[in-house]
Amino acid sequence: MIEKNEDYRKLIKKHLPRSTTIKNSIFAFLSGGALCFMGEWLAYLYTRLGAEVKDSYLYVTLTFIVVASLLTAFGVYDKIARYCGAGTLLPVCGFSNSVTSSALDGRFEGYVSGVGTKIFSLAGPVILYSTLFGTIYGVIYYFVTR
Amino acid sequence: MRKLIKFQNKNISFVSHGAVGGFEEAAGPLGENFDLVDKTDLFGMKSYEMAEGEMGRLCVNIAMTKAGFKPTDIDCIFAGDLQNQCFASSSGLYSFGIPYIGLYSACSTMTEALLLGASLIDGGHIKCACALSTSHNSAAERQFRTPLEYGGQRQPYAQWTATAAGAFILDGEGQGRVRIKDGMIGKIVDGLTTDAANMGAAMARSAMDTIYTYFSLSDISPTQVDLIVTGDLGYVGSEMLRDMLGEQFPALVGRHIDCGTLLYDRSKKDVHAGASGCGCSASVLSLKFIPQLERGELKNILFMSTGALMNPTGVLQKNNILGITPLVRLSSE
Repeated sequence: MIEKNEDYRKLIKKHLPRSTTIKNSIFAFLSGGALCFMGEWLAYLYTRLGAEVKDSYLYVTLTFIVVASLLTAFGVYDKIARYCGAGTLLPVCGFSNSVTSSALDGRFEGYVSGVGTKIFSLAGPVILYSTLFGTIYGVIYYFVTR
Repeated sequence: MRKLIKFQNKNISFVSHGAVGGFEEAAGPLGENFDLVDKTDLFGMKSYEMAEGEMGRLCVNIAMTKAGFKPTDIDCIFAGDLQNQCFASSSGLYSFGIPYIGLYSACSTMTEALLLGASLIDGGHIKCACALSTSHNSAAERQFRTPLEYGGQRQPYAQWTATAAGAFILDGEGQGRVRIKDGMIGKIVDGLTTDAANMGAAMARSAMDTIYTYFSLSDISPTQVDLIVTGDLGYVGSEMLRDMLGEQFPALVGRHIDCGTLLYDRSKKDVHAGASGCGCSASVLSLKFIPQLERGELKNILFMSTGALMNPTGVLQKNNILGITPLVRLSSE
């Protein structure tokens, strides 16, 4: 005898563990905030070292990308991200991790058919839609400011 | 019609068995019982896919050594894993030259293998069969989910694919104490969920269907069964099954145990809802239940590996995940 569809759907709902949204949100807020603080501090450091203010933020982005990529390669990033969630996913380091982890996964299949085809498997949508909407925004901006 | 397969040969028995595991499994509560563990999870191979094959080969080798068998003593091997086209099983086993049947039924593979091996022995077609199933966390995550080093949060009800293998050698002459008495082929049941992380929900319905059908066809009553062992429902699926059992067979609620909840220490490892994978039920059967049956601590168990029949394409297309649960009754009486 198979449970009725209605009954079984109710049963699934009943036993679905309570979402840990509040805990996850707090962790994401604190870790994301900490990363932003680090970013500001780094930007200040770069200006003190002689960089232009607008360039210093570019250097911060690059630093985040490189550090996240290295942490991914050493197998540390996923352990941090397990707790931080959106706090480490949303900043550029999450993007860096998705590219590096995909590339690492392809290493068994060679540099072209492995790393080459897999590297943007997760980052692909981000690249596609940021390019697309960037272009749309650019066109609108062009006509509005003309 | 779904039939109860009652074996005419009363001496279909487990001659020997072996279990091989990875790093996380070795650290779990059953870790000390493994015949072999490799803390690198690579088993000396260059990729995780090949490592899974090697794990299966080592496992069969251990079972053969314990029985004093050569590959030529085994007439047929039933084996399966989670990789496309059972790649791990074929790549691992080819060097033995044992006639091979590949099984691809997700995590329900071990019970299917035992059922088919026992059936061929019962029919008198072969004398000795081997059943093997393997799963490798790193190979399965790569194929089914995200890259290994991807930093994401898993759902609290998600399960962890076990890096483990279990192999069993069956004969028809009663060399071992534990016998396979009867069994039932699984039926495909709609798990009514599209969430690939909620494997417990995808499979619990089919497990309940198999238990209900078994007791309506068999002359065994629920009180004659010491344990109902499910494969990898995990903590969430187990609670769902017990809820359903409570309505139909209250006597069975306290006798249900799930292999997925036995492999890891929940307090130490962040495995959320427990273990899954073909190697989960196979290794736990070898690590815990066959030894308990051999010692006479258990007399009758229903061993039901549960399978969630899904693949990444089907999940992305938002299809419901189907579940399947075959069954064998193991007895030491």
